[in-house]
Amino acid sequence: MKKMNRVEGQKRRGISQSAATTSRTAEKNISLTVNGKLHQLMVGKDVNPDHTLAYTLRETLGYTGVKIGCDHGSCGSCTVLMDGEAVLSCTILTVECDGKDITTIEGLENRESGELHPLQQAFIDYTAFQCGFCTPGIILSAKALLDKNPSPTEEEIKQELAGHYCRCISHYLVIKAIQSVAEKGR
Amino acid sequence: MVEKYRHIGKATHRKDARAIVTGSAKYIDDIKLPGMLQGRVLRSPYPHARIKHIDTSKAEAYPGVKAVLTYKNVPPWIGGIPYHRPVLDSTMRFVGDAVALVAAETGESAEEALELIEVEYEQLPAVYEMEEATRPGAPQLHERIPGNVFPRGFRPIGEKPLQEIVMGDVDKGFKEADFITEGTCGYENIPNPLPPEPPGVIATWEDQEHLTIYTASQSAAMNRNFHQPLLGMVDMRVIGTHCGGSYGTKNANMIPMVHAAALAKAAGRPVKVYFNKEEHFNAYSLRLGSRIHARVGIKKDGTITALEGEWLVDTGAASEMAQVQIAVGCGEAQLALRCKNWNLQPKLICTNHSPAGCVRGFGGQELKSSLLPLMAIAMEKANLDPLEFFKKNYVKPGDGYFWRDGLWWDYRGVDFSKAMQKGAEVFGWKDKWKGWGKPTAVNGSKRIGVGVGVHGNADIGEDESEAYVKINPDGRAVLHSCVSESGMGQRSAVCKMVAEVLNIPLERVEITAPDTMVNPFEFGLVGSRGTYTVGSAVIEAAEDAKRKLFALAAPVLGAKPEDLETKDGKIYVRGREDKAIPWRKAMGIARTLTGQGRFETDFSLCNCMMIFAEVEVDIETGKTDLRRVVAATDCGQIIDPLVLAGQLHGSIGSAGIDTALFEETVLDKDTGHIMNCNMIDYKWRTFIDLPEFENVILETPFPSHRFKAIGVGEVAPAPGPSAVLMAISNAIGKRIMDYPATPDKILKALGKI
Repeated sequence: MKKMNRVEGQKRRGISQSAATTSRTAEKNISLTVNGKLHQLMVGKDVNPDHTLAYTLRETLGYTGVKIGCDHGSCGSCTVLMDGEAVLSCTILTVECDGKDITTIEGLENRESGELHPLQQAFIDYTAFQCGFCTPGIILSAKALLDKNPSPTEEEIKQELAGHYCRCISHYLVIKAIQSVAEKGR
Repeated sequence: MVEKYRHIGKATHRKDARAIVTGSAKYIDDIKLPGMLQGRVLRSPYPHARIKHIDTSKAEAYPGVKAVLTYKNVPPWIGGIPYHRPVLDSTMRFVGDAVALVAAETGESAEEALELIEVEYEQLPAVYEMEEATRPGAPQLHERIPGNVFPRGFRPIGEKPLQEIVMGDVDKGFKEADFITEGTCGYENIPNPLPPEPPGVIATWEDQEHLTIYTASQSAAMNRNFHQPLLGMVDMRVIGTHCGGSYGTKNANMIPMVHAAALAKAAGRPVKVYFNKEEHFNAYSLRLGSRIHARVGIKKDGTITALEGEWLVDTGAASEMAQVQIAVGCGEAQLALRCKNWNLQPKLICTNHSPAGCVRGFGGQELKSSLLPLMAIAMEKANLDPLEFFKKNYVKPGDGYFWRDGLWWDYRGVDFSKAMQKGAEVFGWKDKWKGWGKPTAVNGSKRIGVGVGVHGNADIGEDESEAYVKINPDGRAVLHSCVSESGMGQRSAVCKMVAEVLNIPLERVEITAPDTMVNPFEFGLVGSRGTYTVGSAVIEAAEDAKRKLFALAAPVLGAKPEDLETKDGKIYVRGREDKAIPWRKAMGIARTLTGQGRFETDFSLCNCMMIFAEVEVDIETGKTDLRRVVAATDCGQIIDPLVLAGQLHGSIGSAGIDTALFEETVLDKDTGHIMNCNMIDYKWRTFIDLPEFENVILETPFPSHRFKAIGVGEVAPAPGPSAVLMAISNAIGKRIMDYPATPDKILKALGKI
């Protein structure tokens, strides 16, 4: 078996382990706004150059609603919103994210009132999940779509979600849930 | 009269829905214990090799490393059926087999340490083909498995476990046949069910005698039930986390569990072993390979007079419980194919690829996908409509079968031909079926074809379940049941049953965590057993609690217990709801009442799933599109329509229908490496390519439990592959007997390449 671990991952991304602690980057700070909260991360201490955004969000900042499935940008589980766009957080290095505004699944619910985002409520109402592992990523992609296009066609919904791997096959109920929100937006 | 229920049959919110959509649901990688180390595995680059020399000294000295294990210092735990799979061994039997284990403060340190382990291998010849593996002189995988053929049967499932189908007199049966056909069909693409969440386990030893396991499992208790003996009967507490998909694979979870437990023991700290996706592809639970050569005797009216053949089963480098899968597959074959004269001989073989494991379909999908195309040859010869053939030959009340325990069971369920017929009507079978090898429609180079497959399982009543229902004086109830959640919504379904029996709002029923310490015995959510088996235990426990409540309330209300009713936490004499008293008036506030329930194995009921498939094949390119699927079943009583719909849609996923079209694990038979061990090269269906999908669900009351329901989830994918293969064969007018039916195979069948 070809070994593929984080060390290999660094090599593939052209990063040597020693670069993680060089003084050149050690003093640089990364500002990341996550769900409205500003985080200052010190490179070399909080963030290594090989840390993906998914890793930082989960392991360093504790946003475990971000799910890592394949860690290779091909399953969609780690999707978050970056400046409103749905991105695969396992394919982005945190050091590239200075000044970015990130929304994870934890950021959709109204913290004060406890009110859910209409998409979250629709996913509950339609039981649009089974194991639920891919659900945070799918909801965030759907949000990015509806924010740009409040009344997408079924085909547009499918196109937007094409990169999301759902092995339980909740696709049909996911589409219905998203359509129910889209219709309200019309 | 159909009983009207307050909760049962209605679409209700999953109890864990809010946690899932807000990201607060805790999966295995979301759990961190204080002092927890990360475990990593050094994996074999060779399909078959012996470790000549291994030096771990540099790895042990690497900063942050707390334990390094090889075959030399690992605990002597050994698993598999029969015992043949140690935690680590000096022989590697597939690419990805575990060579050494490391636990370190961080994953990075553990991975660096793996690089520092020096191993010298002696490469050994490998074998990948079942027939080659059984020839004299073939490379031998296990000392305990002479000739690479596993011993048959598995005693714990019965005194005389089913290991073959032998009954009647096949010679006599063939003499009675109008037609005799013969053929071979292989379902050998060993696809990966590939849950989105990789497998993972956290182990922590409280002391030498107490091991706690956190497991992302479909059946948390199975981790204890199966593996406690391997670990010298230590007190093993198992706690299930949310599980990001399983499809059978994450049941007993042996490999990550023993790796984590061994490392945690060596390091004296909690250890998490969480596979990455490439390890998931290379070293975790593939489907069994299956190939059947069989002769079929059939009459003009569709009566099967004889079935004789050999079933070769490839379990790869180890057997998790393939003997049980064979037993269940043999039982299931009899459900779908009523025949008096059988002689089907399975042979379980090991080869040098990543081991097969428990997978949804559990021997049955593998057997049906190979056997039903052979039945199709016979049906074609007799010019029979496959729908009518399946309606005629599926088990009916008064029939019976030998089940996995080797015993004969008389079937006492419903006749499924009604559901099959209803499915056919919704699909439009009558108009679309044009005969064998005939397309439904031709449009330029596009050929449309239809096919149908059937499958069912009598596992809906298998094994034991226990439950407690504790009622509190405040009108609430807690269900103690060791049911896990890997997507089937069963934890919510059993709460619903308690709420129905106690006639309280669903929000007033909670269920304990799947924790073996606080719950009574539970076998696990294997097969489709949740609704009938777990449900029966839960219902009995709720009724028992209610009985105890009424016994206390009767003197307070001056009535007999049998004249009492309860609603929303109040008790009243039937017809006198205005005089209701709250539960606490009957119980007092310093009391709980606990009811108990238990279910014992019952194989006399089965489920059934029929899949109709419509494909469009482009005969210029060989590309096939799945256009439409209709899934037809009878479940007795729907517990939750949306959850059930999801289970049936799942026939496309979990290495199901699409194993007929494009899903396969591609093994390089020169090097033993899997060529497509990533989620780009391993093909999966996206949102864009969804077929139209309709579910046809009848509700004919079953003699099961209070709600007359049975489970059907597990069987949904199994009839799919053979249905699609039949549809393709009809579309192109050439028989395809090999999975998946990729464009090259179709063009080859058409004589174009």
